[in-house]
Amino acid sequence: MADLSIDFAGIKAPNPFWLASAPPTNSGYQIMKAFDAGWGGAVWKTLGVPVVNVSSRYGGVNYRDTRLMGLNNIELISDRPLSDNLREITEVKKHFPNHAVIASLMVESKKEWHEIIKMVEDAGADGIELNFGCPHGMCERGMGSAVGQEPEVLKLIVEWVMEVAKIPVITKLSPNISHITDPGLASVQGGTNAISLVNTFKSIVGIDLDSFAPYPVVDGKGSNGGYCGPAIKPIALNMVRELAQHREIAGTPISGIGGIETWRDVVEFILLGATSVQVCTAAMHYGFGIVREMEAGLHSFMDERGYKTIYDFVGLALPNVKEWKDLNLKHKVVASIDESKCVGCQLCYIACEDGAHQAIGITELDGNRIPHIIEDNCVGCNLCSLVCPVEECITMVKQDDGKEFVSWAQRTNANDVPTTFDDPRAGGLGHYVPEPALALTKRRSR
Amino acid sequence: MAEYKKPVTSADFDANFAQKKPLMSKTEAYMESSRCLFCYDAPCMQACPTHIDIPLFIKQIHTGNVDGAAKTIFDSNWLGSACGKVCPTGVLCEGACVYTNDNAKPIDIGRLQYYATEKVIREDKHLYSVGENNGRKVAIIGAGPAGIACACELRTMGYQVDIFEAKGKPSGLTVHGTAPYKITNEEALAEMEYLQNQFKYNIHYHTPITTKEQISKLEKDYDAIFLGVGIGPTSVLGLKGEQSEKYVIGAVEFIEELREKQHEYSVPKNVIVLGGGNTAMDAASESARMGAEKVSLVYRRPKEAMGAYDFEYKLAISAGGYSIYNTAPLEIIAHENHVELKCIKTELKNGVIHEVEGSEFSLEADLIIKATGQAKMGEFFSLIDDLSIDSKKRIVVNETTFQTSNHKYFAGGDAVNGGAEVVNGAYDGKMAAKGIDTWLNSTKN
Repeated sequence: MADLSIDFAGIKAPNPFWLASAPPTNSGYQIMKAFDAGWGGAVWKTLGVPVVNVSSRYGGVNYRDTRLMGLNNIELISDRPLSDNLREITEVKKHFPNHAVIASLMVESKKEWHEIIKMVEDAGADGIELNFGCPHGMCERGMGSAVGQEPEVLKLIVEWVMEVAKIPVITKLSPNISHITDPGLASVQGGTNAISLVNTFKSIVGIDLDSFAPYPVVDGKGSNGGYCGPAIKPIALNMVRELAQHREIAGTPISGIGGIETWRDVVEFILLGATSVQVCTAAMHYGFGIVREMEAGLHSFMDERGYKTIYDFVGLALPNVKEWKDLNLKHKVVASIDESKCVGCQLCYIACEDGAHQAIGITELDGNRIPHIIEDNCVGCNLCSLVCPVEECITMVKQDDGKEFVSWAQRTNANDVPTTFDDPRAGGLGHYVPEPALALTKRRSR
Repeated sequence: MAEYKKPVTSADFDANFAQKKPLMSKTEAYMESSRCLFCYDAPCMQACPTHIDIPLFIKQIHTGNVDGAAKTIFDSNWLGSACGKVCPTGVLCEGACVYTNDNAKPIDIGRLQYYATEKVIREDKHLYSVGENNGRKVAIIGAGPAGIACACELRTMGYQVDIFEAKGKPSGLTVHGTAPYKITNEEALAEMEYLQNQFKYNIHYHTPITTKEQISKLEKDYDAIFLGVGIGPTSVLGLKGEQSEKYVIGAVEFIEELREKQHEYSVPKNVIVLGGGNTAMDAASESARMGAEKVSLVYRRPKEAMGAYDFEYKLAISAGGYSIYNTAPLEIIAHENHVELKCIKTELKNGVIHEVEGSEFSLEADLIIKATGQAKMGEFFSLIDDLSIDSKKRIVVNETTFQTSNHKYFAGGDAVNGGAEVVNGAYDGKMAAKGIDTWLNSTKN
């Protein structure tokens, strides 16, 4: 069986599944329960000068029958006295000496940073995470994402921290910025031992149509929150990838955060360069037991492929994430419908007809509802296969023999790209496009 | 025999006749509506005789626009609530759901439809307004699904509408002839009340139209007349002893009385049901649910020839019905404490039933229910001049306008189709109203 243990910038843990700094890590009670359930580490709810919170605090985004596709919150850092938290850190480490307990910190002055680092080290924390990400409340006071959005300030504070820290330091980044590599690079230049990302996205998850206030509604008003959950995973994956591919950042351990709920999510983050993952929404939704599925799935994945440790496959997807200009323009796929599986919903037809390239036809004869692909019109966009509700009914079939490779970059070098508005080298020239007036001869769209 | 105890209280009755399509909870409706694929040119919509925009109303339920969903339903079908409960959805919309092509459970369309319409009915939320009075009057004979649908549609266009109903309640067979586990009296009548509150048509109850004088007056007083008269009582088989009131009852009359009296109606221990159609299945199932210990279905032809839907047959058998095929009744003999049905075995040769010589036998029972078809309204039709009737005694109408050969008359529902579903009547009535409007606007009337 594969060994799931990790050494993350010097922080050791029995597995890469960590709880992110958030409500599930508010107390020693919760963290002990989580470790008992199988989590390998936990980043304590951010410590600093205790805050005062509002009620209510969370807003959800549902999709169809799925609750909490996205979750936002306007809760601040720990509202508990620091001494209580420190005492519990010590107690947790006594019961779980081999699990990772990381103290998330957020304070203002250099003096406060130095003081609090000493205190959490004395309490027995295995590492420190700098919260430069929180996009609500704390940022109004010059902390959290207010720091994460100013690379120079971020770098300065990391330097303050590194002056005194004796345990590994993880800098947590805010995604509320145009180029994640800017704060990423600043943290590395400041001397951080590792990076974690992403913190939550500044968000409004919805408006109450009775009070016209954003969720969560606090006495008829609301504020922007921090958005997390499965909906943000694609953005988080790309940000992790951007850091892992950056020349000066690559090599700095990355803890991946953002919508992780299943073993697949975990593997994807690792393939893009993460060596630990942090989870919040899934634990808030399903409780700590959700880690069972992640652990079992990761084991199966690794055993099937013969990976002994997670370091055997860290970053393996990175070489395949290219710039668009380096993709092969000669590659060609077209859709294929397995008629034996088709149920006749015609979603592929109307998706292609209204949303893509009019490359799917239907016949009205004999009640036959199975659509057919018009291969000459198919550009291989995938849309039909994405909307099809039946597993493996529509597949994209490769048409080229794979021998030819021509990229946009190569064509640019060879002066073989469209350069004028009506250039005969336009990619869509010659593709079938129906005359506009034909639209009005179709029966009313249903 | 299934375990149904004779219902003594109204609660017993409700338990024995538990609704096959109960009202969904909000959670259930939310979850179920999320499954709809929103098919293009949706097969469910094509399969619905009234072509309700089913994907749209399901999406509306899901997005919390339940009133909008109800409007989408009523836009196509004025009896949308009753149809959600009593339609044979398994052979209509739900039978056409594409999920069934992948052996997945179809969307529970009937119950979603009832969920949406029940809400606006319960809240008496009016979704339509009556059209501005156009000065024209239409008489409707029969307050069944076809007549009510016709009335609603006409009122939206500004017609004054008077409905003449022989019985004391509206909705026709929905309340008088449907199995109680499909829809309760309260549910059926709630929709009727909701529609009448909204559209303000007049219903004259206990007013059968039976004389030439009445017809002449209607013709004089109204611009057009819609016939939604349904079909008549159970037809006479011509068996010796059939007239025994003590031991023989027609299925239509049986079901009507059962719906009216509910737990106070008494069904004896041993019942024979004659027939193989949906009404026979209803009568058998209902007898069992009323506590009958033995219910035998006697059918002249083999099982495969039965007219009943498969699910109706299964429902009757699961309630405790026992079937005797290839058996024709010969004579009914009333004894002091029981009735004897003399029968003979039959066989099918080249599609024709033959009695098997020497195979006579007798069955004993306490009650014989005849579910062997209903008489048509021939006598009534003869009151109207130039009204074309086909060989099966159905009124002949134009397929799109529902106009009869006597142009002042339009007709729909069972009187035209010989006996079908509530949904067919609802469609006919609505279309006939449009036909009436087109006709009146194109003549000098």
